[in-house]
Formats: sequence, C-alpha cells, structure tokens
Amino acid sequence: MPANTEQLIEVVVQIADDHLILGHRLSEWCGHAPMLEEDLSMPNMALDLVGQSRALYSYAAQLESKGHSEDDFAYLRKDREYTNCLLVERPNTDFAHTMLKQFYFAAFMHPFWQGVKNGTDNTLSGIAGKAEKEIGYHIRHAGEWIVRLGDGTDESAERMNDAIEALHPYTGELLEVDEARQSCIVSGAIPEIAPIQTQWNATINNVFTQAKLTVPEIDYPQQGGRAGNHTEDFGFLLTELQYMQRTYPGAQW
Amino acid sequence: MVVNNIEAIDLEAARAVAINVCDPELPFLTLGDLGILRSVELHNNTVIAKVSPTYSGCPALDVIEKSVRDALTQAGFNARVERIMTPPWTTDWITAEGRRKLEANGIAPPGKTQTDKNILFAKTAVSCPQCKSENTIKISEFGSTPCKAQYQCNDCSEPFDYFKCH
Repeated sequence: MPANTEQLIEVVVQIADDHLILGHRLSEWCGHAPMLEEDLSMPNMALDLVGQSRALYSYAAQLESKGHSEDDFAYLRKDREYTNCLLVERPNTDFAHTMLKQFYFAAFMHPFWQGVKNGTDNTLSGIAGKAEKEIGYHIRHAGEWIVRLGDGTDESAERMNDAIEALHPYTGELLEVDEARQSCIVSGAIPEIAPIQTQWNATINNVFTQAKLTVPEIDYPQQGGRAGNHTEDFGFLLTELQYMQRTYPGAQW
Repeated sequence: MVVNNIEAIDLEAARAVAINVCDPELPFLTLGDLGILRSVELHNNTVIAKVSPTYSGCPALDVIEKSVRDALTQAGFNARVERIMTPPWTTDWITAEGRRKLEANGIAPPGKTQTDKNILFAKTAVSCPQCKSENTIKISEFGSTPCKAQYQCNDCSEPFDYFKCH
C-alpha cells in the first residue's frame, strides 16, 4: 500500500459522502417541485451526484481491498462514520435554500474537479473529467434561480436572504484542508486550495451581484461533518436513505 | 499464422456485434453511432469490450454494459465489458450518421461548443428538428434523460428534445 493510500481513501470517501448526501437531499424534491421543469431538473442533478458518488465509493473500495462494495459505503455505515460537510445535509426547507445549497457546492466542485482532472491520480482524473462537465450545468441552473429570486419580488428576495443567512456559515467547511487533504495535495491527487477559494469567491460574487444580494460576514462558522459530527437532521436523512438495506439486508435490484 | 488469422476474423466479428448493440433509451442509435464503444480486444480467448459512460449517473449505463456482454455471449464469445473513464466521452464522438438519426427521430443533435457555465441565461442556437427554424426557446436545461434538454419551436410550436453538448 503506497504511503498515503489511507489518506487518499479518506478524501475519496469525504467527496463521495458529499455527493451522496446532497444527491439524496435533491431527490427528496422528486414529485414536490414548484413546477414540472424543476421536477425534472432536480432528480436529474441528483442522478449526476449519486452517479459520481458511486464511482468514488467503488474507487475507495478498490483502494481499501477489504472486499467492500460501493453499497457497503453508501448504506451500511453509522452516522458518525459519514464525513460529508454539514452544508450538504442541511434540510431542503424551501426552494431558495435548495438552490443556494446547490450553488455553493457546485461553485466549489467545478474548480476542484478541474484540478483533480489534471492531477496525478488516473482514476480520480477520469471521474473528474465527467463530473466537471456535469457540475457546470448545476452552477448555471442554480445561479440563474438565485438571480431570478434575489432580483425578483420582495417575497422571493426575502426568502433568498433568509437562505443566505441560514447557509452561508456552512460554506467554510467546503474549503477546509485537514491532514488527509493536505497529504493528497502534496501527492498531487487534489489541487491546492487557495486558487479554488479565489474562484469560489469570484463565482459567488458574480452571481450575488447580478441577484442584488450581499455576501455576508460570518460570525460563527459551522463545521464538524468531516470529523463525523453531524447536525440533528442527518439522522433522519440516513434513516430514510438506509431503510431498504437495513430492513432487507443484502437486497439487490 | 493460421491461429492469428482466426483471431483476426473473430475480433472483427466480435467488434461488429458490439458496435451494433443499441442504446436502451435511444434505441435507434447504436453504440457505434454514440461513439461510446472505445475498443474491442481479444485476450486469451476472451473478448474485452471497453465502453465509456455518457453521464456518471446515466441509468442506461448498466443496461448497456449488460447488453454488450449478452450480445457477445450469444454470438459465441467469452466476453467481458470494461468501463473506460479516460478520456471522458464527449458528444463530439457522436458520428455523422448518429447525428442524422437523432434529427430524424425528432431530437436536435448537440452543438459543437459548450457554453461557458459562468454566463447565466446564455442562449444556445438550436434548430427545430421538424421545421429547421432557429427561432426556438429553451424550456428546461434538463429533460427526460440526463443527456437531453427541452426546447420548443416558436415557428411550428413543436416541443422537442435537444441532445446537450457535453
């Protein structure tokens, strides 16, 4: 096992967890979206995210070589073993919250995947090549909604501002570099964080300006997901996500 | 030499089988038309077909891989299918014949260049597959499958799918 394989597995699982949980949150909108087009778009984007998480979990299982499959990672861990950032597990609340959550995440993942694509890990680079194109649609889709709502009616602008107040404190965790990430940055599998942060800020500022919204100062940044310390809502999410495998162990379809 | 000849003939036959497998969601397109069959190789009496996914979460992916394996097995080969991620599939790999079939089936074929993802509300010029008018409007960036967006023609009023540039 190469020196930093353990750290690589840790980071691959972190990214996979981000995608699975955000994908699951989006899938909750299926059949409940405010209009038919959105009822198609959100499950479509959920499919992208869950598809990306499958590729990542499979890679983690392969690196680990303990005979686990993608399903073991997705369905059979306990809440404290998931290392997704807190942002992705926040409840959907209303449409403004959902679009803002997507936007914050996509604005980070797009430059991140670009870096991984040009990085030293061939498998991750292949996954990144696909994901980069897919996440591009997510940035635009969510970005357009933020402009429509932020620069819309008094009601829509108020809801957009509520969403910013609720979710912006969770964005710092996206850009956090723990020991495992640092090791993968050194090996060249994932990119340096500073240029990503610059691009993330630029993307957010660009859309917020068009939407007549303001990027807030953060008094109390929220984090803990990477260490397995989740918010209360996460348990409810996991109960639904894991229901089938817990009730019918080993079920396949 | 004789063995080599037989191998070459087998490989050609296996390739013909794999390339003519149809996409489950766009059944008028073959894997050859879509450009997702990357190679067909023969190793120790086993045919290895290498396939690239179109989208990470495309539900058709597993079905396509199974169809290729089944078709090759039915044709008498020991077969295995491998998933190839690099280089990533792009709609530029759809053949001219594939683009013609898309349009004939009411789906506008993909444009040649991707629009910048940071430009919001950008317009992509898409021709109506029915009346060829360019006076069309995007209804939704997402459609019935991950690879399609929904458009409508302002001239003939026909709603249609657009195969997204990817």
